[in-house]
Amino acid sequence: MTVLKTLQEQWFPLPVPLHRKKKKTGSAGGRWEKRRTEEERKVKANDREYNEKFQYASNCIMTSKYNVLTFLPVNLFEQFQEVANTYFLFLLILQLIPQISSLSWFTTIVPLALVLSITAVKDATDDYFRHKSDNQVNNRQSRVLIRGSLQNEKWMNVRVGDIIKLENNQFVSADLLLLSSSEPHGLCYIETAELDGETNMKVRQSVSVTAELGDPNNLATFDGEVVCEPPNNKLDRFCGALCWRDKKYPLTNQNMLLRGCVLRNTEACYGLVIFAGPDTKLMQNSGRTKFKRTSIDRLMNTLVLWIFGFLVCMGVILAVGNAVWEKEVGSLFQSYLPWEPPVDNFLFSSFLSFWSYVIILNTVMPISLYVSVEVIRLGHSYFINWDRQMFCSQRNTAAEARTTTLNEELGQVEYIFSDKTGTLTQNIMSFNKCSINGQTYGEGTDRMGTQPKRLDFTPFNSLADPDFSFYDDKLLELVKVGDPHAQEFFRLLSLCHTVMSEEKSEGELVYKAQSPDEGALVTAARNFGFVFRSRTPGTITTTEMGRTVTYSLLAILDFNNIRKRMSVIVRNPEGRIRLYCKGADTVLLERLHPSNQELMAVTSDHLNEYGADGLRTLALAFRDLSEEEWEVWSESHQFADKATDCREDRLAAAYDKIEQDMMLLGATAIEDKLQEGVPETIALLSLANIKVWVLTGDKQETAVNIGYSCKMLTDDMGEVFIIGGHTVQSVRQELRRARERMVEMSRARDGEKREGMEGRAEACFMGNGFGGGPEGDGGGGKPLQGSSFPSPPSSFMDSISGEFGLVINGHSLAHALEADMELEFVSTACACKAVICCRVTPLQKAQVVELIKKYRKAVTLAVGDGANDVSMIKSAHIGVGISGQEGIQAVLASDYSFAQFRFLQRLLLVHGRWSYLRMCRFLCYFFYKNFAFTMVHFWFGFFCGFSAQTVYDQYFITLYNIVYTSLPVLAMGIFDQDVPEQRSLEYPKLYEPGQLNLLFNKKEFFICIAQGIYTSVVLFFVPYAVLSNSTQSNGVPLADYQTFAVTTATALVIVVSVQIALDTGFWTVINHVFVWGSLGSYFTIMFALHSQTLFRIFPNQFHFVGCAQSTLLKPVVWLTIALATAICVVPVLAFRFLKLDLKPQLSDTVRYTQLVLQKRRKPAGRSLGGVWRGAGSVSESRLGTRGGSRRSGYAFAHQEGFGELITSGKNMRLSSLGLASFASRHSSSWIETLRRKKNPHTPPSASGDSSPAPSRASGPVPPLSNSSSVLGGSQETPIEEETVTEARQDVPTVSCSFGQPAASGSARASPPDDLTSAAVRSHGTDSPGGWTLSLGTVQEALFGWKGTEVRVDASDNQESQHVAMETSQAE
Amino acid sequence: MMASSYKDEDGHISVSGTGAGAGSLPSKKPENTAFKQQRLPAWQPVLTAGTVLPAFFIIGLIFIPIGIGLYVTSNNIKEFEIDYTGLDPSSPCFNCSQNFSWNSTKPCTCSIPFYLEQPYESNVFMYYGLSNFYQNHRRYVKSRDDSQLNGNEESLRKPSKECEPYARHDNRPIAPCGAIANSMFNDTLELFYSDPNGTKTQIPLTATGIAWWTDKHVKFRNPGGNNDNLTAAFQGTTKPINWRRPAYELDSDPENNGFINEDFIVWMRTAALPTFRKLYRIIQRRNTMVPTLPRGNYTLEVVYNYPVRSFDGRKRMIFSTISWMGGKNPFLGIAYITVGSVCFLLGVILLFIHHKYDNRNNNPDISSN
Repeated sequence: MTVLKTLQEQWFPLPVPLHRKKKKTGSAGGRWEKRRTEEERKVKANDREYNEKFQYASNCIMTSKYNVLTFLPVNLFEQFQEVANTYFLFLLILQLIPQISSLSWFTTIVPLALVLSITAVKDATDDYFRHKSDNQVNNRQSRVLIRGSLQNEKWMNVRVGDIIKLENNQFVSADLLLLSSSEPHGLCYIETAELDGETNMKVRQSVSVTAELGDPNNLATFDGEVVCEPPNNKLDRFCGALCWRDKKYPLTNQNMLLRGCVLRNTEACYGLVIFAGPDTKLMQNSGRTKFKRTSIDRLMNTLVLWIFGFLVCMGVILAVGNAVWEKEVGSLFQSYLPWEPPVDNFLFSSFLSFWSYVIILNTVMPISLYVSVEVIRLGHSYFINWDRQMFCSQRNTAAEARTTTLNEELGQVEYIFSDKTGTLTQNIMSFNKCSINGQTYGEGTDRMGTQPKRLDFTPFNSLADPDFSFYDDKLLELVKVGDPHAQEFFRLLSLCHTVMSEEKSEGELVYKAQSPDEGALVTAARNFGFVFRSRTPGTITTTEMGRTVTYSLLAILDFNNIRKRMSVIVRNPEGRIRLYCKGADTVLLERLHPSNQELMAVTSDHLNEYGADGLRTLALAFRDLSEEEWEVWSESHQFADKATDCREDRLAAAYDKIEQDMMLLGATAIEDKLQEGVPETIALLSLANIKVWVLTGDKQETAVNIGYSCKMLTDDMGEVFIIGGHTVQSVRQELRRARERMVEMSRARDGEKREGMEGRAEACFMGNGFGGGPEGDGGGGKPLQGSSFPSPPSSFMDSISGEFGLVINGHSLAHALEADMELEFVSTACACKAVICCRVTPLQKAQVVELIKKYRKAVTLAVGDGANDVSMIKSAHIGVGISGQEGIQAVLASDYSFAQFRFLQRLLLVHGRWSYLRMCRFLCYFFYKNFAFTMVHFWFGFFCGFSAQTVYDQYFITLYNIVYTSLPVLAMGIFDQDVPEQRSLEYPKLYEPGQLNLLFNKKEFFICIAQGIYTSVVLFFVPYAVLSNSTQSNGVPLADYQTFAVTTATALVIVVSVQIALDTGFWTVINHVFVWGSLGSYFTIMFALHSQTLFRIFPNQFHFVGCAQSTLLKPVVWLTIALATAICVVPVLAFRFLKLDLKPQLSDTVRYTQLVLQKRRKPAGRSLGGVWRGAGSVSESRLGTRGGSRRSGYAFAHQEGFGELITSGKNMRLSSLGLASFASRHSSSWIETLRRKKNPHTPPSASGDSSPAPSRASGPVPPLSNSSSVLGGSQETPIEEETVTEARQDVPTVSCSFGQPAASGSARASPPDDLTSAAVRSHGTDSPGGWTLSLGTVQEALFGWKGTEVRVDASDNQESQHVAMETSQAE
Repeated sequence: MMASSYKDEDGHISVSGTGAGAGSLPSKKPENTAFKQQRLPAWQPVLTAGTVLPAFFIIGLIFIPIGIGLYVTSNNIKEFEIDYTGLDPSSPCFNCSQNFSWNSTKPCTCSIPFYLEQPYESNVFMYYGLSNFYQNHRRYVKSRDDSQLNGNEESLRKPSKECEPYARHDNRPIAPCGAIANSMFNDTLELFYSDPNGTKTQIPLTATGIAWWTDKHVKFRNPGGNNDNLTAAFQGTTKPINWRRPAYELDSDPENNGFINEDFIVWMRTAALPTFRKLYRIIQRRNTMVPTLPRGNYTLEVVYNYPVRSFDGRKRMIFSTISWMGGKNPFLGIAYITVGSVCFLLGVILLFIHHKYDNRNNNPDISSN
């Protein structure tokens, strides 16, 4: 099975039901009838006959294309839809006509048959696996209510209108209307990770009338009818009504369970199938599968058309020549050579000759071109699969090229669209630091570089989560000592949240948090001895330092976006009432009691520090309430709660009233753990001119935070614009304002000297604005508007200097993506360096990608890990799936997959760049060699009466492309490297030629063709001039056809071999073997074909008997070949040398430098190796560059309203209530057992120190990515400090010189090498420390040269930080 | 990691972040071989001034002497050519060229006198040359049956379709079949030396040794194997339409008769270009003291059988001596000298440009210390 699976993944990008929609009506109809577009859907429960009338799609999914019978015809039909195949088939037919046939039929049929059969085998394999996966999905079991009883049915037999029973942890099989559930109030919980990538749980509730229909018996009689919208792809919207017993109940998305969700925490539920199979929202959202082609492919197709045109032109010229010749000469020559029977005049003869020449000249574009391209891509794909540096050892996943057709496009990417959760981040929140009573805890490393110890909580607290890691033992000490502040701090964390707990067995706590942030905080409290055990609607049970305490929960003041805080009011066992509040520092700090001033200042500093580290911060506070205060407030709260109008506002006001005069406890800092190497990768990619956009379903705050922590958004940025409008008008205005600001700021930045240009840009931009204005009022009635301003994006872009960020919300994006706004959005967004779209739906993700594809004509790449990224992955030119995570949907839809985001840099900058380079070189050479080969026939036509006589032996023509010249060029196409891999990571600018498409475009193509034609002229006329009158030394003339053919062919093979030798930049053993082997095989095969043995067997097939030896033994022939070779190669050599000497590309310079370096290194030894020895101070410098900016990281990713659910008790299962009470009842005895166990041991207070955690000493602990991990740092700390500062001075110079490689060398002389050796070292190692190191390098390079005053930024930054902070908080 | 508990408890996915399963699974880590990691040792040539410029000079230095040598050799070769087509009314062969018919039984002869200015030492090779004769036409080239020419009995009776329309005549297979054989050159050339004292002596011409060895011994074989009786072997076939005699009467020498007649073989080796020459006879040097063809008057006696006027063809007779590198070939020498000089010149120009404009090598300290 594993073998099959890997096979499947290799051959077949999409074996999952998602990708093809074929509607097949149910078994009743069995027809492939195309249904009329549905206006409205009517579904009646438990009434199959009624529902069958509408012929809704069944739940059966068909992704396969063929069956055994249809395979051959359908597959062949499909293959011959490929233009190339049809073309070659046509040629083959032509060749079968004797009057036309100028070549034997086998010259075409051999390669064609080969190509067809290989493709057919591949297609068959693919389809086999599709059948398998279809079957697997279709045959999943589900419990369907049929005639009053639950029966097991396969998924594919589920019909619209059926009622299905779902059990916990089951996948939802179709889009269901939730009817009832085992939970009270018809609630059920689902996880929608497969749909939108959000891992938190969501609540769905059934309509109250159906919720009461608890058991199957009642449901069997349920005959309600649902009238709803037709199938669509909107995941968050459903609109319909349920009619039952003459009453109408509105239905919303809250009542729906969508296919692909997983039922969680709910024993069972019943649902009515509304949409099935291809109609489900999941399938509707999966988007169309398009066969992806690379831009080189498209270019190649254009070129092939041109070549075909060229071919026709040549054919026409030669046919005209033939007409003239036959009229002038041929007709008179008939006494020796009569016309063949059907030919009776010169015109007909010329018509036939046209086709004959089409056959002969078709080798300008041979079928082997397509085969070779595929082989090369396959080779590149294997290199990606084999790359150890893209192997993730934690997940044991290697990178995988799932599509083998897109490799070279990886070298041309301009836009990357990335998902956030699971892609940039690990979706793991870790409690990283905290500030308690003005003391900060949790410093990861101490400065001396010793490995920090991970605290071991188990001796102190048996309920601790073993996975929790914290590195500061001071805090643990503090808690143990019983510091009231610390205790209150963690008590708050254990009480103030909406987490649910599940305790399967004693001590085995599992928290179900709506957001991972909360989970992290509660887990932290748990480990520090304040264990949240269970809750009921009115109580919270905790174990505080081993003592079970039950608080009564008086109120939850729930979180929402505006409040940015949440509070609980609890009464402790002693009866005191206390309000605990946690929230964004901005809102919380202004609600503190005045006495907190001093503490607030200190904490504020800490918060700044945390913010600078990219941590998500929360401030914590409490307030003691007297009984009276509580009574008064409680009343007002209840009043507000019961209010019918403006309930929200009233509640907010009530909450606001009590959350005052609080006492500050401290602050927490949570790290939304980025995946390893994310900031470095993004920095490197942006140095390579690749723009990274983050498209996330997550909340704006979270997204912005991540934007900062992965260095997409930086404090150096001019401004970060936030587009959050809810109407078309406001979005338009916001976009416009953003652009105005940009123009303004870049003008201010550039000063007066560029004013003229700005004016123009603004005029252009204003023009655009005016164009859009009236139209917006008119409701978007002018579809042509876009075309009247085709260029604004680019011209606007050019005028913007400086860096800007753009954050846009999902609902704004919906407006921005409307037809008349697209252009405005694109022009604004593309002017920004970083764009973050939050709260976007899967389809919107795809739309954004499509938008960029449409307007920017750039190559796009989408990275994602979840099912919500599938559509984006599919619509981008290249889709990359992060594998090894939860779902595999994204991976299955992707073209490439690997385990970590950071591998992207290697995929693009190393593999992509090489692939592009190789493919371009391959194509250039390939067209060259075929033109050189074929055009000789054209020249010969003038000397052979335009009779379509070939110059070469037919075997040579057959074998030229397959054998004699295929392997060297394949070797070049697979193995060539212009610069080593480290260099392409070091000089990201090397990536640019790919984006600008410099290496193979129409101009390059014409150059190749011109060179090819030049070569063909030389190859024909030099032998012509030499041989026509010459004789060999025995007097026999040399100008016989066969000698001429052998001479020209040999010269051709030698010339193209010399040319490939010139083109190959990286001579591995394989290249040598192939180049020399091809030459050798040419001579061997020629001698064999010209041998007497073969002639004796087939005298009619091998006319050239004895020709090889008699020709090649003659010195004149060799002199001719040498002459032709020299004439062909010398100009090329001179031209290349001049180009290299006068206008070297960056890659040439790097390559040259490398050469010089190698020469030096030999005598000098490895003196350059040890410049960068460690990274002890890198983290320092990292913090330094970032300066301190505080982003209130109130990152509750959950919905509001959960608190209400808890207090109402709606979501409390009876069983869990029982469990809670059980736990509290038995907890005392449980604690006693615990104590008994501990007694023989050391007392808890001392345990922290005495147990040295032996596991840590031996096993390497993966360092936190933000803590400055040390790479051999403990050895020579002082030196490191020095070298780092040195490097800091150097790096900006380097970055400058990237832009102008031709600048005089002295400025650039020294730094690259330092950088080089450093990066070599760091990339060479696998350890994350290496990444941190290169982070320093790259960051310095990136941020260092943006502003001229890197070091003076402290004061400057402060202001811009405040601006940034305020903007980010504005929403 | 801490929060893995939030992710992993859902059961249906087995991959866990902390690598719990990694121990049991075999590692999928790709092999660390130089090939797979694209780290094969490689030679990475760079076109630097240090390599390119010397290459130019070396090519120049090699090509120029070779060219001079070739040119001198070629100039030492003597060649003499007579056009005997007879287009000009003053030409002796004018009559023959005018009244031509394939069926005439009476051969038309003409004799052309000429004067050799220089004596021809060593062996002299005698060629006939045709112009505007498309032996390289596709239909012409393929119009032969190599199997038949190789002595295959079956092909002798049933010539290949390629030979059409010269495959059968009068319901009998043609041997040899095809357009090439049919159009075989059949003029007879004879050379007479007129002594200064007036006597005319015929110069002996060798008719063998003019074909490729493989053609004579491998490719062409008479039917019937070693059967001496060629007439019997060709029984049931007919001669090509244009031929005056059947194939088995081409020569009296059995080693030069039938398909292995060398004149026939030479003709069957089709020319690459419409103007070509074919070796006709060799004038062997008999006496080392006397030149093979001394200076003086000669007469070329032509039996004019081969019509070329209809298609504007030309017929020539050529004498040539031979050197180590073959016949006269001035082009090769000149081309070598030209290419060599151009290379040399290019080398100088590039050197100049390199020194004047190059900005890379001025500062070889691109690497730092």
